[in-house]
Amino acid sequence: MSRVPDQRPGQNATPQPISRRRNLDRYFVAFCIATASVSVAILVVLLTAIFVQGLPNLSWRFFTSPPSPDTTEAGIYPAVFGTIWVCSACAIFTLPIGVGTAILLEEFGPTSRAARVLHGFVQLNITNLAGVPSVVYGIIGLTAFVGMFGLFGSSSDPIFEVGVRYYDQFLSEGDRALLIPVSRKSSPETVVQEGLTALIGDHRFKVNVIGEGDPLPEDLSLRAVTLRSDAEPGRISRKSWYYLKLPFGRGVLAGALTLMLVVLPIVVVSTQEALRGVSDSLREAALGLGATRWQVVWNVTLPAATPGIMTGAILATCRAIGEAAPVLIIAGIVYIASTPGHLMDDYSVMPLQIYNWAQRPQKEFHALAASGIIILLAILLSFNAVAVLVRHRLQKSRS
Amino acid sequence: MSDTLPSREQPDSPAQKVPTAKEHDVALSTKHSPPAFEEGTETPEPAISLRYERLNTWYGAFQALHDVHMNVPQRQVMALIGPSGCGKSTLLRWTNRMNDTVPDARAEGVLQLDDLDILARSTDVVDLRRRVGMVFQKPNPFPKSIYDNVAFGPKLHLKIARHELDELVEWSLRKAAVWDEVKDRLHQPALSLSGGQQQRLCIARAIATGPEVLLMDEPCSALDPASTARIEDLIFELKQQYTIVIVTHNMQQASRVSDRTAFFYQGRVVEVGETTDIFTRPQKKETEDYVTGKFG
Repeated sequence: MSRVPDQRPGQNATPQPISRRRNLDRYFVAFCIATASVSVAILVVLLTAIFVQGLPNLSWRFFTSPPSPDTTEAGIYPAVFGTIWVCSACAIFTLPIGVGTAILLEEFGPTSRAARVLHGFVQLNITNLAGVPSVVYGIIGLTAFVGMFGLFGSSSDPIFEVGVRYYDQFLSEGDRALLIPVSRKSSPETVVQEGLTALIGDHRFKVNVIGEGDPLPEDLSLRAVTLRSDAEPGRISRKSWYYLKLPFGRGVLAGALTLMLVVLPIVVVSTQEALRGVSDSLREAALGLGATRWQVVWNVTLPAATPGIMTGAILATCRAIGEAAPVLIIAGIVYIASTPGHLMDDYSVMPLQIYNWAQRPQKEFHALAASGIIILLAILLSFNAVAVLVRHRLQKSRS
Repeated sequence: MSDTLPSREQPDSPAQKVPTAKEHDVALSTKHSPPAFEEGTETPEPAISLRYERLNTWYGAFQALHDVHMNVPQRQVMALIGPSGCGKSTLLRWTNRMNDTVPDARAEGVLQLDDLDILARSTDVVDLRRRVGMVFQKPNPFPKSIYDNVAFGPKLHLKIARHELDELVEWSLRKAAVWDEVKDRLHQPALSLSGGQQQRLCIARAIATGPEVLLMDEPCSALDPASTARIEDLIFELKQQYTIVIVTHNMQQASRVSDRTAFFYQGRVVEVGETTDIFTRPQKKETEDYVTGKFG
């Protein structure tokens, strides 16, 4: 056993001048302040420019009107509601899938070789998905959801529909629209004959049929349900809020599923982190009491991880709200004047509407785009604020 | 009867693996005779609750336990002592199959709770863990109310009426000697309790599921002396009803609370016997060195 000598090596080295070290220290702090200021300055310039351009247009009318070629009347209402529809649907699909995937990866460690391969494969996929540009997801969504690889016919002629009713619409001799329910598979047009039942609004009426040259009935209420036997119908459809068809077409559902692909990695990774944050001693406590794995996850791990999962979900929703590229491919730029009524309906979202306005040559539209950006930013900031609040409450309850 | 290993001089000698004829007979007779111990009657040989025979366990390629051979009689406290990393906790974690969650952990040999083969693949770990409760080193109440912590176990296993659950919670808390301190704040978070109260709450939580055996993994190591004393009193109370296996690094604690003591060293049971014998007349040099504080 050798004794360590008392003499510390390095006694002969020349000391670094303290003043130089201090100066370097000061320069470094100054450099960090400068770089931080640059990013803040960029944000300030950006916000100022947007507010100067966009504030004059910003009003309740802008928020509640549909887009219009007349810039003084144009608004962002359908796009706001389109965003709400698409992002809500996206969240409904993403949360269970993302949280379930994260639970598999974190809570059910691989016990067999096959499971280990599956775990590795899923983890690799999640990591890769996070790095794929969102425009690529647009293409995937177009083939997978909009057209469904052509397996179910074209989206304009779907093979499966639910929540839709078809009518033949006639104009009665009393200038009222008569709707005669038909099944889609039946003969293409309704033959006008006695015994037909028609709808006016929600009320049912017997149709009064008269010949081509017959005089009109005097009674106005009878005339309202009178058709000539040569009357020509037009086929219309009424879709309820739960209207579904295969393939999905360019509607809300296809957009939501495509956005799901974009934000799924965010939800999975943040949920994994939240689950990793739950102390193993809690899991062991529950297991030690004889809880099954499901009972551990449901009663202990998930409740403890909920704030973290919520934060991740909100941040993922923010990403979905701001995403334009995949929606541009799925929905395209079409003129939408109303809010979506069902999951298959056409829609627009805020980033798309902003893009639409910003690409026009007229200055007035650029101002509208700025107003739209203000609203988009306000929504995103309030979502982020909620996420911060949730995280803050989590830290308070944990400590 | 003797639980010490047949070879007393050399723990590594091959003779250790073959039980002597006498050992073998004792093992057989206890295995096939019905539990001799009944409440109220004085019986010199209480029935065996936990039986470890030729137990070898591994974490991957590392062998954590070598040929463990030991019996834990019913309604007694068995203390496991030994330096860190000697396999005491591993033994506990196999006794309620907690090591199922550790990848690469495996065990061979006999580990029986009454007639139940604990290590068998067919053994339902959920039911096993209901019968074998566990108290951990650090108090680990769930971030729920005091009431919900105790009600957690029963709710996992039973469809139980509200008033019955109330009674069960109160009984468990009384049994764990923490009722008087928490009865007015049952619905406050368990994490607001002190460390000692939390640990007694964890004991209440463990006995609420109706176990036969309580495993305690250094239950007092995170507590101050006053709380430790309360837990030790509690252990003394609980052994009227439960078989208790306690891991401890505190020699005084082992000698105070336990009826029997097993000394573990490097994954082997060096010596096991009556606590008084282990502490006053140890048969092995290692045991004597350890209990007198010469190493470890």
